[in-house]
Amino acid sequence: MSTSSARLERLLALVPYLLAHPASPLDDLARTFGVTLRQLRQDLDLIFMCGLPGHSPADLIEVWYDQDGCVSVTNADTIRRPLRLTTDEALALVVALRTLADVPGPQGDDAVRRALAKIETAAGEAAEQAGRVAVAVEAEPEVVATLRGALAAGRRVHLAYYVPGRDETTERDVDPMRLLVAEGRTYLQGWCRRVEDVRTFRTDRIVSVVQLDAPADLPPDAGPPPDALFTPSPDDRLVTLRLEPTARWVADYYPCEPMPEPGRASGDDRLVVRLRSRETSWLVRLVMRLGTAAVVLEPAELAAEVRAEAAAALSAYGG
Amino acid sequence: MARRHVALLEADIVPSDVSVTVMSSAKTERLLNLVLALLSTRRYLSFDQIRSAVPGYEGDDDESARRKFERDKAELRELGIPLETGSHSVWDDEPGYRIASRDYDLPEIDLAPDEAAAVGLAARLWAEAGLAVDASRALLKLRAAGIDVDGPQLPGLEPRVEASEPAFEPLVEAATAGRPISFDYRTATAPEPTRRRLEPWGIVSWHGHWYVVGHDRDRAATRVFRLSRITGKVTAIGADGSVAVPSEVNLLAAVREVVPDLPERPARLRVRTGAAYDLRRRAGSVTSEEPGWDEVVVPVRDVEALADEVVGHGSAVVVLGPPDARSAVIRRLRTLAGATP
Repeated sequence: MSTSSARLERLLALVPYLLAHPASPLDDLARTFGVTLRQLRQDLDLIFMCGLPGHSPADLIEVWYDQDGCVSVTNADTIRRPLRLTTDEALALVVALRTLADVPGPQGDDAVRRALAKIETAAGEAAEQAGRVAVAVEAEPEVVATLRGALAAGRRVHLAYYVPGRDETTERDVDPMRLLVAEGRTYLQGWCRRVEDVRTFRTDRIVSVVQLDAPADLPPDAGPPPDALFTPSPDDRLVTLRLEPTARWVADYYPCEPMPEPGRASGDDRLVVRLRSRETSWLVRLVMRLGTAAVVLEPAELAAEVRAEAAAALSAYGG
Repeated sequence: MARRHVALLEADIVPSDVSVTVMSSAKTERLLNLVLALLSTRRYLSFDQIRSAVPGYEGDDDESARRKFERDKAELRELGIPLETGSHSVWDDEPGYRIASRDYDLPEIDLAPDEAAAVGLAARLWAEAGLAVDASRALLKLRAAGIDVDGPQLPGLEPRVEASEPAFEPLVEAATAGRPISFDYRTATAPEPTRRRLEPWGIVSWHGHWYVVGHDRDRAATRVFRLSRITGKVTAIGADGSVAVPSEVNLLAAVREVVPDLPERPARLRVRTGAAYDLRRRAGSVTSEEPGWDEVVVPVRDVEALADEVVGHGSAVVVLGPPDARSAVIRRLRTLAGATP
């Protein structure tokens, strides 16, 4: 898209916006349209020069500034409506709304479905292509609906939560902060009263949830960094694995670090990766699950832990 | 989509050369006047009528004015402006142009405050890549229509979808255009990528990864490809609209269908209390006979896949039966217990 057509696109939204919001402060306008004040003034000057054929004063769009520096537009009925949604724009909104509609909500909360129906109607043909793109969200209906209800009511919840790192189910009270839908899964982020800290819980590991009568009591500084969900910490243990081709998915699924030396030798289709983890027991189980498709190169203690756990498990089979 | 990132950022770049601004302003002014002229007419306007009505074409000779107009038309169409071509009568061989308001105008959308907020929230689904730019353009149009999409949100819900795979954008385009494509694909087992030819039916995000579902021309069957394993360029190998999507196709089901086609049998497992929730979740029954342990019965198709999963729980899960599942686990544990790097 050329510079001028990008600008035209903006002007075709700016004029109807100003007709719908007379006396708009310039700062707000610049923020809404994502431009500098200088660019905004140039845009308004340009609009002022345009109008219907004839281009007499009566044909031109008028731009008014009041004494507070707020701006209004008149005599622009020809473009009082914004341009209809393009196929890509309709696709972006409709797919997003359909995804959101799949997140179970508290009973009677159907705002998303109502909005979806109206946007689909307004987008017309452009919305028809939206079926070509789908986002699957796995959210356990009862658990997620209860959590959203508790969030809306500002109440504490009691969770029975499965911790895969230790392979055990724990009980705890949590003050819900938000429900994240990411990576196709649903997560509860909240203040865990057992550890007195912010924790993220995968809803598919919530064995049961009950809304309590107590109000959620969040410490004022309980805001987690938004992207902390999957970020490894530098304190984590560094492990080097050699993966057979069938275990290469590990490199796709877990954040692995590049090897200082080339990942594989010539003629060898095995992959050497390094990954970090806080929980050793999780790594032991990952390696066991991979079986012969993965070998722990470092550290030796982890390899020993895997052997010991396998021997312990084997004893239950009498072998 | 990403190809438009440049356009969106353009506004923030201050041109160093003033004449560039002047030229670009003159062109934008001409384009805006052209849109206004074509929207305000019911009659088709011929090029000569446009030339006399819209400032900006007058100084040029016929030839360059026409070329300029052709480029302008293309730019309007690229923005999605429905520029119609037609003439008033069969005796008129000069084509005329107009823009019909009913095709141009965003229809009235009567959104209640909670609906408008839901749209604003949904648009944030797209993280920086993917359809994020398109979503924010759509929101801007809704704001321009007087809809308050920035109102109070549904409490605490934050949806997000990543789409950073380079193949995302070309595949959305191919799937929506119905265009057959080819690409290099790297599988889990083969070290070198192979060329694949596909009639794409649609793309699906599942468990945080994007997949394309379609008809594989070489395998003559339905296939699913993971976008992160597509390397290099996606190229068209057929005309737009030449892909026939079967009406009964369920994209999600196609991606989920990784289960091998084997009969389902019950497997009996001895599971430590509180452990192996992933197995318990799909259990047909859970009974507790001895303290600290449960007996969990899960349906199983692929014994080897179950064995991988069970071994992953170490000593917390023991297979009681069937025997082939038991021996698959024992085989794995023996290897692991004696494994040396």
